[in-house]
Amino acid sequence: MDIFLQQLINGLVLGSVYALVALGYTMVYGILELINFAHGEITMMGAMVALSVIGALALAAPGLPGVLVLASGLVVAIPVCVALGLVIERVAYRPLRHAPRLAPLITAIGVSIILQNVAMLIWGKQYIPFPAILPQGRHTLYGASITDVQIAILLLATAIMLLLILMVQKTRLGRAMRATAQSRQVASLMGVDVNRVIAATFAIGSALAAVAGVMVSAYYGLAHYYMGFLLGLKAFSAAVLGGIGNLGGAMLGGLLLGLIESFGAGYIGDLTGGFLGSNYQDVFAFFVLIAVLVFRPSGLLGARVVERA
Amino acid sequence: MTGQRLAWVMAAAVLVAGCGDKPQQNGDSQVVLIGQVSPLTGPQAHLGKDNENGARMALDEINAAGLTLGGKKVVLEMRSEDDAADPKTAATVAQKLVDEGVVGVIGHLNSGATIPASKIYFDNGIPQISPSATAVAYTASGFKTAFRVMTNDAQQGTVLGDYAVTKLGAKRIAIIDDRTAYGQGLADEVEKAAKAAGGDVVAREYTSDRSTDFMAILTSIKGKSPDLVFFGGMDPQAAPMIKQMKQLGMKAKFLGGDGAQTPNFIDLAGAAAEGAMASNPGLPLDAMPGGSAFKAKFEAQYGKIQNYSPYAYDAMHVLIAAMKRADSSDPAKYLAELPKTDYQGVTGHIRFDAKGDLAGGAVTLYQVKNGKWQTLETVQSGK
Repeated sequence: MDIFLQQLINGLVLGSVYALVALGYTMVYGILELINFAHGEITMMGAMVALSVIGALALAAPGLPGVLVLASGLVVAIPVCVALGLVIERVAYRPLRHAPRLAPLITAIGVSIILQNVAMLIWGKQYIPFPAILPQGRHTLYGASITDVQIAILLLATAIMLLLILMVQKTRLGRAMRATAQSRQVASLMGVDVNRVIAATFAIGSALAAVAGVMVSAYYGLAHYYMGFLLGLKAFSAAVLGGIGNLGGAMLGGLLLGLIESFGAGYIGDLTGGFLGSNYQDVFAFFVLIAVLVFRPSGLLGARVVERA
Repeated sequence: MTGQRLAWVMAAAVLVAGCGDKPQQNGDSQVVLIGQVSPLTGPQAHLGKDNENGARMALDEINAAGLTLGGKKVVLEMRSEDDAADPKTAATVAQKLVDEGVVGVIGHLNSGATIPASKIYFDNGIPQISPSATAVAYTASGFKTAFRVMTNDAQQGTVLGDYAVTKLGAKRIAIIDDRTAYGQGLADEVEKAAKAAGGDVVAREYTSDRSTDFMAILTSIKGKSPDLVFFGGMDPQAAPMIKQMKQLGMKAKFLGGDGAQTPNFIDLAGAAAEGAMASNPGLPLDAMPGGSAFKAKFEAQYGKIQNYSPYAYDAMHVLIAAMKRADSSDPAKYLAELPKTDYQGVTGHIRFDAKGDLAGGAVTLYQVKNGKWQTLETVQSGK
């Protein structure tokens, strides 16, 4: 039971990070039908920028409480990522908005490669350690252990996702986003500034990515110029699993993928009597993805409904 | 076989006629190309750069001292290639080096990259000395061009597995590897030796050399309450792994191979690194015959030593020493001299056994104490 609970905690923490990144993919897809492959790299940039700030602060003012240092890292990383998202949209996607759909897909991959290499030039090829500034508290819950960092990730991710849903459902901007998602032309005829809405979507997605990037680096204790690639791929898969274009789907998909990976790696060896080991962790996760897509090609919640934003 | 001989004759003809692009005559001195391959991008780039610097330092020394082969002044030039620790890329860059006309290669860094490349060097008769590939398979293929100046995994794994059971008193052992030729090879040898010493291997789990999340497999391992967790892999995985062991409240000891025994491991794992143990083939830098002199010179030029640069340095010297004995940079001629190597290097006394492995390699065990790797003891392999 304690192992089951521990895997549940592992999966939920991993899944809530996937969900935050998946939201960025799904929001952009909902509005532009564009898969923004550079999104994983924005997550990485968020982590790197925050780490630089945190590292500098930890050196300059060692007395500051860790939470405050982390917050200042976030405060710098979020605007940087938002600016990056806006620039990418303006330079790499907007000029191609009426081009065939393959063209922006290629520029997205290009931007992702450029960002990786820029990060490598700035921060080098090494893994960068996350300074030990956070409380290392560990709690035991029915035999399973959960750390302060894990609790913070779960709470923060839940809060952000709730805020996002509120924003999309209740505010003017949210309404404009939903309208643009349904039909860009009609929305602009109704007086919605479509370019502004699209820019706002990129900005929000990038801010979420920045937060997710900081979470990942705080959780695993390191950051690296390559970290966005696999994270982006997993989050994209999560968005597809949940139904790309659907906000709730991205959250559900992220959590599910985290849980599947966690339970898959934890139990697959014992369940198959050692025939399949934990090396099949990713195979198992993608097998579930394929199975879901065979029966529900548009993903779990992926009906093309009004909700997508 | 005949095709191969034909290639040899053609290669020799090109060399004799001097009509190829490279090596070219450059004034009165001849330029000889030596290849160096290691991952210069990707997660292991810091280790790759370290190898490159070690090899370059030796090359610069030899050039500065002046080298004359067959009555001609020779200037050595290094062609450094990036294999990104990837087997496919390794084969591509190996072919590229052969096409460029290198007469010998220092590399590659990873076993997974070294093994496919060794076939290409063998087919073209180019001698290769790996400073760091430890997988048994590298020299097991019987390629007479393949050498290494590093204790291999069988030697290291046997020492580690035996040490875990007899010295550390671990009865229940969990083993994780990163599914690379190196990680898996080492883990297999540890498993064999631990069982032979009377230990019980309670879990065998796998991850990848790109992963940083081990919570799921560690949780599963924790349920089997091991005394010791062994990880076969590199520091970018070993560091988050030991952190996550602490997060899960695991009390088991942590033991790793040479991929984990790096300064980077401590930087990345921080306080969690305390108490971790890992081995490194050969002697600790300060116990190496030429260790302190090497360290002073290297760090003045290139910065902190990561891991294998002294071996890359020695490998280059061993390669050139064979050329000197043969009085030729022709691979066909000096290859015959390599097995006769008897070289007192920075890393120790280098001789090769019949397979091209380092004869009688030592393995040293280290433990992190007060944020530094401290030597536990050196164990001689092959006992």
